[in-house]
Amino acid sequence: MLSLQGYGPSILQGTLLTIELCLASLAISMVLGITTALAKLSRVRAAHFIANAYTTIIRGIPDLVLMLLLFYGGQVFINQVGPMLGYDDYIDINPFMAGVSTIGFIFGAYMAETFRGAILAVPGGQMEAGYAYGMTRFQVFIRILMPQMVRHAIPGFGNNWLVLMKTTALVSIIGLKDMVRMAGLAAGATRMPFTFYLVVALIYLILTSISILILNRLNKRYSVGILRGES
Amino acid sequence: MNFSIIADNIGIYFFGLKNTLILVSVSLSIGLVFAVPLAVLRTSKNILISGPINAYTYFFRGTPLLVQMFLIYYGMGQFEAIKASILWPFFREAYFCALFAFTLNTCAYTIEIIRGAIENTPHGEVEAAKAAGMSLYLRFTRIILPSAFRRALPTYGNEIIFMLHGSSLASVITIIDITGAARIINSRYYTPYEAFITAGAFYLTITFILVWLLKKLEYRWLAHLRRE
Repeated sequence: MLSLQGYGPSILQGTLLTIELCLASLAISMVLGITTALAKLSRVRAAHFIANAYTTIIRGIPDLVLMLLLFYGGQVFINQVGPMLGYDDYIDINPFMAGVSTIGFIFGAYMAETFRGAILAVPGGQMEAGYAYGMTRFQVFIRILMPQMVRHAIPGFGNNWLVLMKTTALVSIIGLKDMVRMAGLAAGATRMPFTFYLVVALIYLILTSISILILNRLNKRYSVGILRGES
Repeated sequence: MNFSIIADNIGIYFFGLKNTLILVSVSLSIGLVFAVPLAVLRTSKNILISGPINAYTYFFRGTPLLVQMFLIYYGMGQFEAIKASILWPFFREAYFCALFAFTLNTCAYTIEIIRGAIENTPHGEVEAAKAAGMSLYLRFTRIILPSAFRRALPTYGNEIIFMLHGSSLASVITIIDITGAARIINSRYYTPYEAFITAGAFYLTITFILVWLLKKLEYRWLAHLRRE
C-alpha cells in the first residue's frame, strides 16, 4: 500500500538532516540555556536584565517569525556588513546554519527556564557545604550543583527536546532540505502528498517515541536513591 | 531601519491580526468543546474506548503541526473520493484546512491536559461524593470536573499561548495572518527587519495581554489556594 515510488532514499536523507539539525540545535540551546540560567540567578543586574529580556521576548514570539527574521534579516545584515569588511560578493546564508542557530537561540530561552528551576531545586545547604570544604565556585558548580540539578531538569528538558524536534519541521520553509521539504518535492512529482506527508509524520512519531523511551530511562537512572511517597 | 513603510502599510497587519484572532479563538473553542467529553472517555478503563482516543492524541502530539496542516491541505486532494464528495469545497480552502488542523491539534493537547487534571483529583473527594450517593454523572459534573478545570487552568493557559504561536503557520498555506502580512511586506519592499519585528511586536502584545488575563482568571479560580 505504501509505495514510495523510488523516493524512499531522498526522504531518508531528509530524515538524517532533520536529526543532525535537532542535535546541533540542542547543543546550542543547552549552552545558551545554562549561561542564561546562571545569568538570571547572578547578582549582576545587567546580566539579570539581559537574560530576562531574552527569555521573555523569545517565548512571546512565534518560532516561525523569529526564524524568518533571522534568516531574511541575517541575509540583509551580512550583506551590509560584508562590504565594510572588504568582502564584495553577494553572500548567501547557509540555510542549515540559519536553521540551527535560530532553533538553538529559541530553545536556549526555554532551556534557561528549565535549568533555572532545576538549580533552585538544589538545597542551598549543599553548596554551602561545598564552600565549607574549600571548593572553588567552579568546583561547587561541577561537583555539587550539576549532578543534583540534572534530576530536576530532566522532565522539563525532555519536554523542550520533544518540542524542539517538532519545530525543526519549520526549516523546510526557509529552504532547508529536511524531510518535510523532501516529502514536499516527492509529493509534487508523484501527486501523492498524503502518502509522503504521512510517512514523514510517522518518522517524527518514531523519533519522538524513541526519545520518550530514552528520557524515561534517564529519569529512572538519575532518580536512583530518591524515595517516593507510597500510595 | 525605516518604519515608515510599516506605518504606511499598517492596515495589512490589522487585517492579519483579525485573521490570527479568528483562527486561534475558533480552533481553541471547538477544540475545548470536544476535548472535555473525550478526556472523560480517555480516563475510561475500557481499552476499546480509551485506546482510539489515546492513539489520536499520541499522533497529534507526536508530529509537527506543520506536517498535520500539510496532510490536510495538500494531502486530501490525493483521494478521488474526497474530491468527488461534498466535503471538497471545504478542503480546497486554505482557511478551512488551517482551522481544521489547528482544531485537531489543540484538541489532542487539551484532552491530555484535562485527563491529567482528572486523574489528579484527590481520592477523598471522589470517595465523599460516592458516600453521598452521587451517580457517576453527578460525580463528574459536580465534583471531578469543576476541580479538574481549576487544576488544568495554568497548563491550559500555556496551550493558549502555544496555539497563538502555532497559528503563524497558517501563513505558509497562503493565509494572511500577522505573519502572512509580514511576509507580504518583506517580499514587496525587501525590509525583513521592519516587517518581522513589527509582526513580533504584535504577537508579543497579544501574549502579554493573554498572560495578564490568565493571571486574573487564575487569581479568581484558584482563590482557595491563595496564601494570605
